[in-house]
Order: sequence, then structure tokens, then C-alpha cells
Amino acid sequence: MTSSFTRMLSSRSTVAVMASLGAGTLVTGYLMSDTGRAVFPERRKMFPPSADFPDLCKHNNCMASALTPAIYARLRDKVTPNNWTLDQCIQTGVDNPGHPFIKTVGMVAGDEESYEVFSELFYPVIKERHNGYDPRTMTHPTDLDASKITSGMFDENYVLSSRVRTGRSIRGLSLPPACSRSERREVERVVIQALSNLKGDLTGHYYSLGEMTEEEQQRLIDDHFLFDKPVSPLLTCAGMARDWPDARGIWHNNEKTFLIWINEEDHTRIISMEKGGNMKRVFERFCCGLKEVERLIMERGWEFMWNEHLGYILTCPSNLGTGLRAGVHVRLPLLSKDPRFRKILESLRLQKRGTGGVDTAAVGDVFDISNNDRLGKSEVELVQLLIDGVNYLIDCEKKLEDGHDIKIPTPITLFKN
Amino acid sequence: MPFGNTHNQLKMKYTSEQEYPDLSKHNNHMAKVLTSAMYERLRDKQTPTGFTLDDIIQTGVDNPGHPFIMTVGCVAGDEESYEVFKELLDPVIQDRHGGYKPTDKHKTDLNPENLKGGDDLDPNYVLSSRVRTGRSVRGFCLPPHCSRGERRAVEKLSIDALSSLQGDLKGKYFALKNMTEEEQQQLIDDHFLFDKPVSPLLLASGMGRDWPDARGIWHNDNKTFLVWVNEEDHLRVISMQKGGNMREVFTRFCTGLTKIEALFKQKGHEFMWNQHLGYVLTCPSNLGTGLRGGVHIKLPNLSKHEKFGEILKRLRLQKRGTGGVDTAAVGGVFDISNADRLGFSEVELVQMVVDGVKLLVEMEKRLEKGQSINDLMPAQK
Repeated sequence: MTSSFTRMLSSRSTVAVMASLGAGTLVTGYLMSDTGRAVFPERRKMFPPSADFPDLCKHNNCMASALTPAIYARLRDKVTPNNWTLDQCIQTGVDNPGHPFIKTVGMVAGDEESYEVFSELFYPVIKERHNGYDPRTMTHPTDLDASKITSGMFDENYVLSSRVRTGRSIRGLSLPPACSRSERREVERVVIQALSNLKGDLTGHYYSLGEMTEEEQQRLIDDHFLFDKPVSPLLTCAGMARDWPDARGIWHNNEKTFLIWINEEDHTRIISMEKGGNMKRVFERFCCGLKEVERLIMERGWEFMWNEHLGYILTCPSNLGTGLRAGVHVRLPLLSKDPRFRKILESLRLQKRGTGGVDTAAVGDVFDISNNDRLGKSEVELVQLLIDGVNYLIDCEKKLEDGHDIKIPTPITLFKN
Repeated sequence: MPFGNTHNQLKMKYTSEQEYPDLSKHNNHMAKVLTSAMYERLRDKQTPTGFTLDDIIQTGVDNPGHPFIMTVGCVAGDEESYEVFKELLDPVIQDRHGGYKPTDKHKTDLNPENLKGGDDLDPNYVLSSRVRTGRSVRGFCLPPHCSRGERRAVEKLSIDALSSLQGDLKGKYFALKNMTEEEQQQLIDDHFLFDKPVSPLLLASGMGRDWPDARGIWHNDNKTFLVWVNEEDHLRVISMQKGGNMREVFTRFCTGLTKIEALFKQKGHEFMWNQHLGYVLTCPSNLGTGLRGGVHIKLPNLSKHEKFGEILKRLRLQKRGTGGVDTAAVGGVFDISNADRLGFSEVELVQMVVDGVKLLVEMEKRLEKGQSINDLMPAQK
């Protein structure tokens, strides 16, 4: 389909090129006076930035830690080329003071340019969230060559399932907090068109959330594929649930090993998964599928949001870089009760969750173990880290079974300086 | 603050058809009225403060509605919304307010002397009496759209005005974010405390942003006059007391409102009001008087009568549970209030409540004695 979108793409091409160059090349907009906007300069005088500065005294999130009145004053009246503002980026962090134990991010991007226009706030938040990664000076490696993976087959007496997920954004279209209905529908159209051309073991089918039948819905629930309208205020306050379920859907291959969510928290979430312990094959399919989808959208003049400092651009700063969470469901009945369990995970740079995902508790000694990190290490590095880590955990479990002692490993360093 | 893709001109690069919301499963006033042709005509407009059509309708798009209750499905972001988007809002208002036409004029009457009777509703049946309304401060954006600075300015103006009230209206302000545990518990026990909205109808419009910044509750020392600041509207004003003396409740209501309005005017601010829409509030359902006057009343027999619904309809009254809107009655006790807001004055609406409740009590007494109520059936008001 050409017409309005081709026109739009050509007018966006300058922006797209500049955005892909990353830091420092984009022209920042200010709230321009426009027909009917004569009042804006008056309102700004009546309400200087100090009048609008949010009350963050009870807040515990990365945004609240980084945002000062001075930064707010400099950024409040700026807009991205899509007219997205700082207030819109931080609304979720203002509305959700945070958890005393978990430090949430507290801000989102509305478009690719948000990370640049509001870099004065995004970059310290990224630094805090991603272990000191500095987008101004560091580059992020992308590596989707699954052949480099070693020891990627787990002992299936312990590992019940293996999974890798990431997200991708379509360059030139606003992100879920900001997108209009037609942009969201365009994301859906572009992605479905690419997916419908996948072949072989990747052949599959799309299920639109608004149009699926009762039977389809039940089957997707039973397969644990269905996503629902977000209820978490962290997400709804960011505006990403608007117009639900318009242009949202789920695509999966016939074998149910490759799954894509469209227009949930990101333009796309891509998931490769299998029962059992063959993480290498899961990652191979992941890389293959991702590359195919990318090739197919590029044939039609689209590309993913990416730059060499931030890697793949997603809605939440916590998912920048690889956006990759590789994990297993693994039985660790003895190790999980050992007081050193937490420290071992920490040294391996892994995190545990319950088998329901984030914010759930473990059931029956089965844990979801995955990589902590997203940015600053490549996909291959992170998956290898996960594989080596899980193998270590299984080894500990076996040692404990045999009555032998276990050791806390040397902590892995993240960045080589 | 508008949210989403705020710049209308960017959305104009897409066709109207590409932007038009899918309303096929929707059952609210906005969805009934907003055709794709109307969407096309209105989509490039915005109010002087930048509120757009999509901002107006977002809550109605996100909440398809209830199969039995017809929700409104749109909100105003400022006073000018009702003018700039009149093509959409006039028919919504007409549907919601019993055929109120774009050319109709609304009468405001806050003189309690004009109310006849109302001081003697039988306290054996009428447990409490209450009148509430809302007010918006002209020149500031409404809760779906206001910035933090504006919301705080509204709070400050309100506190200044309320702190000047004397006599039996003298009282105190409790900011939601600063109240102590004890204050909070007291307000809960008094049934005064409002909480962050949880209804998606409200949240989807953006009025929950920055909670609890600049929100609070003011009440007089006697606990008979209460003002909510920056909840669903700039101000919600409530007069209430136990028993059946609606006249006293309404008198205090009018006196308090008039005094507050004068205090605002002293500081160079007025309430949003015009001859056609009366008092302007966030939700089109609250235009005109914004007034809900009602009682908690025991009607164990009448409520089981087959004609109960019909009687209420003819009296232009509505029933709710004692928890307020969307709650069920408990122990035969109902919340009975006026159904209308626009097209009748404050005095007229409270008169309807007073006269109607008197009749309901009479009917209840008849049924207690096993007598018929057929001769008491009212005509349609």
C-alpha cells in the first residue's frame, strides 16, 4: 500500500536518517505557536516550570532520582518532532511512586526521538538502570549469530522449558504511549504483511484481539499465548492501553514455537519458546525469525528503530539494547532453599521470578531464571551468559543432591573498560 | 494535558478513515452520535488550550459501555470544548438531558426562599438528606487536561476562598497528600474521604494524573458542608445532614455556594457558566445545575411494589444503593434523588425531590397498613 504512507515516509526519511545517527544530530522542536495556539506562550508565563514541577518526595523510581527542577525547567517546553513532551514521558513515574523494594524506571519514550530530545533525563536513567552504561560514550554490540552458542542443551531432568524474548519497533511510527489509532493500525499492517510471508517452520497465523472467536481465544489462553489488556497502572498511566483492543493481536507459527505480540507494550514482542532444554535451538529460531522479519519489512521500505548507542529502541528504557530476556523454567528444590542461592544468582547476573512471570511467586520449586541485563552486551553474549549460569545452577543442585558442597562463583563483570 | 499524539496537524497526514475509532461494540452517547463524517469535520479542530476531538472521546473509545446503563463517553477539557466541539456535544447533551435543544436556555435559581416546604420529611423513613453540585473555575483547564500548575492554582484559590467562610460554615482543609493517619481515619468514618478514582471511565479521561497532588477535602466544623477539590471536577460542593430537613440542607447549600462564588469573584475569578449550559463541568451529564439532591430513605414495602420503577420515573427521580452510583440497596434503604440536571433550576429540582419523597413516604405508610396506593399514583412530571 502506497499513497499517504509513502508520502509520510519520504517526509520522515530525513528524521529517520538523523535518528539512526543517534546522539546529537537531531533538531529539537519547541512548542510553536500555531493557529489556535496563541494562548500557549501566555500560559507558559503564567505557569513557569517551577509551578508544574511534580511532587516526587514520596517517589522511588529512576526518573524521580534523576529529575531535578533545573532539568525540568530546561526540558518542559521542548517537543519531539511528533509533539511528544517531557510531561508525557514522565507521567507514569509521577503517577506511580514506586515499590519500596523494586525500583521501577518511571518514564517511557513516545517515539524514537524522545531518547534524544530528552536525553538530559533519559541518559542518567539509562545509566542507573543499566549498570553505569553511558549512551554518550559507549556503543552497544548487536550479534544475532546463533552458531556461536555453546553448551546450549540443558539437562531436561531439571529444565522444563526454554524461552527467549525481545521487542522491535518500526522506525517512523510513534510508540504505544503516543501513537494515534492510524499509526497503531499501520504497525499492525506492516508486521502482519511481513509475517504472512514467513516460510517453513515459521509459517503461521494472525489472531486479531478484537476479532478472534471464543474458541480461538480459549486455545490461545490454554497455550499461554494470549495477552490481555494491561491492568498494571505502570502501563496504563503511560497511555499504552488507549483504544484497546484496536490493532492488537497475536501471531504464532503452526508449531507454536515462535510467537509475536503486536501493539501491546511495544510495537512488537517476539518470543521463541519450546518445552525442554534445547536453548540453542530456541535461540537459533529466534535469530532466524528476527532476521527474516527484518528482511521482509525492509523489502517494503521499513526498518527497525536502532542506533549504535542504544541498540534496539523500545518504549521502556529498561528494554533498550537487546531488549532480550532469555530464560528457563527450572527445578531447583535443594538449591532454592540454600541460603547462598541469591548470592549465586547475583554473581551469575541472573534473576529469578515465579513461573507466572514478573511479580509472581515460584510454585513447587520451579523457578523462572533469566538474564538481568539488556544493554551493553550482545544477544549472543547474554544468551551464553544465561546458558553458562543455568548449567552452573544445575551443577549446584546435583552437588547438593550428592551431599557435596557448592561455591558462590566469582561475580561476572559486565563492561570491559 | 492532552495525551497520545498531541499534535493534530500530524494526524492530518492520515485519512479520517484511518483514524476513526472502531465503535462497533460500543454503547455510549458519544458512540451513537459520532459518525465517521462528523469525525472528519471535527478532527482538525482544537480548543485554545489544545484539547482535541480525540482527547474528548478517549474515555468513550476505551470504555465501550454497559449493556444496561448508557454512559456519556466524552468529557470536556476546558470551557471552550463545549463550543468548539458543539457538533458532537450538542446531540450528546440532547440525548442525555431529555431533548434539551442547542437553542434552549437554562435557568439558575439558588434562592432557597423559593423552595416550598421541605423541612418536615418524616425522619422515621428519611435517614439523611443531601445536596451536591460541582463548580469549575473559569480560565483553568478541567481535570482531564489541566497541568499540575493549573491544578495547584485551583487548589490554592479554593483554599483561600474557603478559609474566609465564617459562622456555621467555618472549617478546615485537608490535603490528600498531607493528611495524618488520624485525619484520614476520621474522614473515612465521616464518609467524607474520596479516593483515587478506580473506574476506567474516569481514568481513561486523564483525570487521575499526578494523584494525589493538589487534591483535598474541606469541611466545616459542624460536618454539614463539604467541598472536594480537584476530584472529577475543580470543586464538588456537598451539603448534608442526618434526618429529613431538606430545606435546611438546601438553604445551607445555596448560602455556602453564593458566599464561595463571591469570594472567588473578589480575587478576580468566576465560575464557568453560560445561559445555555448553566454551570459548566467536566462531564456533559453534570451540566446545568450539576445538582443531585437526595435522601437515604427506608422503603421496604414500596421498593418491592411492581410499580416502584414507574412511580420514580413519573416523579423524575432515580434510585441508587446507599453506597452511591453503581451500588445496590441494603436493608430496604435507598438513595433517592433527582434524575435531571439541565433544563430545570436548582429550586425546581430540589422541589421535585421534596414533593416526590413526601409521596413515597405516604405510599410506604399505606402499604404498611396493607392499603392500596393506586389513588396516589402521580402523573408524569
